Amino acid sequence: MVNCFHCGDPCLDVEIKHEEKSFCCYGCKTVFDILHDNDLSYYYDLEKTPGISPKEIAGKYDFLDNETIVEKLLEFNDDITQIVSFLIPSIHCSSCIWILENLNKLNPSVKSSQVNFPEKTVRITFTAKENSLKNLVILLSRIGYEPYISLEDSERKEKHINRSLIYKLGIAGFAFGNVMFLSFPEYFEHSEFWLDQFKPFFRWLMFAFSLPVVFYSGSGYFTSAYKGLRSKILNIDIPIALGIAVLFIRSTLDIAMNWGSGFFDSLTGLVFFLLIGKFFQQKTYSYLSFERDYKSYFPIAVTKLFKNSEGKTVEEQAEVYTVKKGDRLLIRNNEILPVDAILIKGNALIDYSFVTGEAEPISKQSGDKLFAGGKQQAGILEVEVLKPVAQSYLTQLWSNDVFSKDKTGIFESLTDSISKRFTVAILSVAFISSLFWLVVDPSKAFNVFTSVLIVACPCAIALAAPFTLGNVLRIFGREKLYLKETSVIEQMAKVDTVVFDKTGTLTTNQKNLITYEGVALSSEEKQLLTNTLRASSHPLSRSLYNILDKNNIQTLDDFEEEVGKGISATFNDNSIKVGSYEFVGFYDEITSELKNRTTVHISANHVYKGCYIFNSEYRKGVSEIFEQLGTDKDVIVLSGDNEGERERLETLLPKGTKLYFNQKPDDKLNFIKTLQQNGKQVLMIGDGLNDAGALKQSNVGFVVSENTNVFSPACDGILDASQFKKIGDYLDFSKSSVKIIKWAFLLSLLYNLIGLSFAVTGHLRPVVAAILMPLSSISIVVFTTIATQYIGKKLRMDINKRS
Amino acid sequence: MNIIYMLLAISVFVALIFFALFIYSVKRGQYDDTYTPSVRMLFEDELVKEGTSPKSETSKEKITNPKK
Repeated sequence: MVNCFHCGDPCLDVEIKHEEKSFCCYGCKTVFDILHDNDLSYYYDLEKTPGISPKEIAGKYDFLDNETIVEKLLEFNDDITQIVSFLIPSIHCSSCIWILENLNKLNPSVKSSQVNFPEKTVRITFTAKENSLKNLVILLSRIGYEPYISLEDSERKEKHINRSLIYKLGIAGFAFGNVMFLSFPEYFEHSEFWLDQFKPFFRWLMFAFSLPVVFYSGSGYFTSAYKGLRSKILNIDIPIALGIAVLFIRSTLDIAMNWGSGFFDSLTGLVFFLLIGKFFQQKTYSYLSFERDYKSYFPIAVTKLFKNSEGKTVEEQAEVYTVKKGDRLLIRNNEILPVDAILIKGNALIDYSFVTGEAEPISKQSGDKLFAGGKQQAGILEVEVLKPVAQSYLTQLWSNDVFSKDKTGIFESLTDSISKRFTVAILSVAFISSLFWLVVDPSKAFNVFTSVLIVACPCAIALAAPFTLGNVLRIFGREKLYLKETSVIEQMAKVDTVVFDKTGTLTTNQKNLITYEGVALSSEEKQLLTNTLRASSHPLSRSLYNILDKNNIQTLDDFEEEVGKGISATFNDNSIKVGSYEFVGFYDEITSELKNRTTVHISANHVYKGCYIFNSEYRKGVSEIFEQLGTDKDVIVLSGDNEGERERLETLLPKGTKLYFNQKPDDKLNFIKTLQQNGKQVLMIGDGLNDAGALKQSNVGFVVSENTNVFSPACDGILDASQFKKIGDYLDFSKSSVKIIKWAFLLSLLYNLIGLSFAVTGHLRPVVAAILMPLSSISIVVFTTIATQYIGKKLRMDINKRS
Repeated sequence: MNIIYMLLAISVFVALIFFALFIYSVKRGQYDDTYTPSVRMLFEDELVKEGTSPKSETSKEKITNPKK
């Protein structure tokens, strides 16, 4: 088997020899020629077979002739220079970076181009006079890097990158280092002439360094504590904010009254460590978007038809948002219909699998209603708009309340639940011990009160969760489960109900299992069937054709295809009819059960032969997952499809699995809501736009994706389809990670007890605090890191053992 | 020993310079993408020597006007 020099795919049907290299298709060869002719062959030296074979794009980007659309896509435009950013999902290696940053060798109008690899974007500056945006997009597409342009791009918000955490961390680190130096001499408590001389100066310098730490770096804790108090939640930020405030006030008083050196070292260290924890937790997969809605699935423009002044029908590329009721639209093959419409002309064969969960494309006649989100699969359509994009049946789902709510913060985190008791305990210890000292030795009471609050500041507790979950998030990333944020892991650990979508989630998008029922076909009939199917472009014909023997290809005498219905053909006095049961006829021989399923019927020489049944192919290990999850969780299948697959699912899945069919997107959402009202913690696993509501409503929503580059709806995590059967292991893993956090809490409480014993007796010296604080924090970080790596390794081993 | 005031002033000043540079680099977006530059620096500059072959002129023409 020879592999393509450009894209690395095996050359299956054809092998094109060119310049002593093999190519799998003309597309790949063309890209090679373009790069070769422009002295860009270094592309192939950087990585082996780095290329992507380009797709057919004729006419696809005509909408870029429309200036208002172009204007919206451009980031900067002064009529001389234009800047544009594209999302290019096919960026995957260093060769990609190199070729995209050398675009000016292919087109001199490009002034500069810069790739952001993690985000898979390229930012191109070009001169407007010499080139147009359309040509640029076509150039990119021709070399295999087709940009992804969707409706979402038309309302681009100002790209706002929040870098405040880095600033805060930088300032805290800077101050921490300097304060450590300045307070070092006083740790030894030597009375030495020069030291005493400079003491006040050193101390006030430390005070100056701590100001930005308290009022800028630590400001987040104060606002969060205030918010918590206002909504009557004792979150972890309350004792932290209290600790920071007391540290600062006590230290300032100490140096002002010349009582001591203050705790500025502990103060700056505390804020620094806490911010590191926050920073560590913030790992993001910038090339994945977890917030997408229908807008990034829909096209930005459609072809509008209207009559000009001479009465002739002309085409115009119009923005999707400008489309009104009554407009005529032209939908080409493989285009997505962005509005609800009535079919006027053409043969509609619409693939709704992504928006409704129906597995097979549906054919429609003129006069039928078409819903937004379907993808046309056969030829050109003319439709009349019923409802514009914002009011269409599909997009109505997004007006549901769940989409306006922010999911983070609804569920109480582990840290917050412990901080409730912790805060109360600390405050009571502080008050009781200072009351005690008020009676025994009033001069010490203030000292003890502040010392308790200082030493009890839950730095280690606050670090336990971020570091454990941050590590776990990275381990999941290695295992190809990409989580939106760390709080998802805590929710995963609580899950007791798992709901699966069927189409695209339990079934694969790619393969079909095809079986034949009926009278066996003779070899002549088989040959005729193969030759007939060869000429058809219907998706079912294509997949059937692929499994048949392809010997003896001949030209048919007569061939006729009725799109969406079937094909009839004749050859050497034999005639054949292939298609739906209505097309083939012979109603008596077809059971009603078969009508519900996806079938291709065949009659030869006017005698009914039988039919090929298309079964959706289930992912490997579906039954095992259901067994594994079923032991301690409820498992439910929620499908938008009809009941045609019920029997197969029942045999495949363990007995007692609940199956629900014909579920509309709203039904799915409400189903999850009802489960939650009954106290269930729901994990929803879906794939398409029809699951979007359910994914958002559920405690945890995962999307299964064959290719993480393509669109997936808003969710909490994206699971690579190859890892589908590991869901059970991942849920167990999240449980063990929560256990680690609990151990870390115990450990940090131990440190707090030690610190408190110093504090209540009135012996907390700054040097003790300065040692205890970093020691507890660092040991917690070390503990959680080692523990998570250990369970991560165990997860790996468990998975390897099973497979 | 009063020199310590001056020494401290200098050391804090130097530290502040580095701190300002850090803030500046964050603001310029140098920490937004920490991966791509690490790949980019390994590319050869071998393109420079063959930039002006006459052959490439014609093919550039071809690409900029795909409709032709």
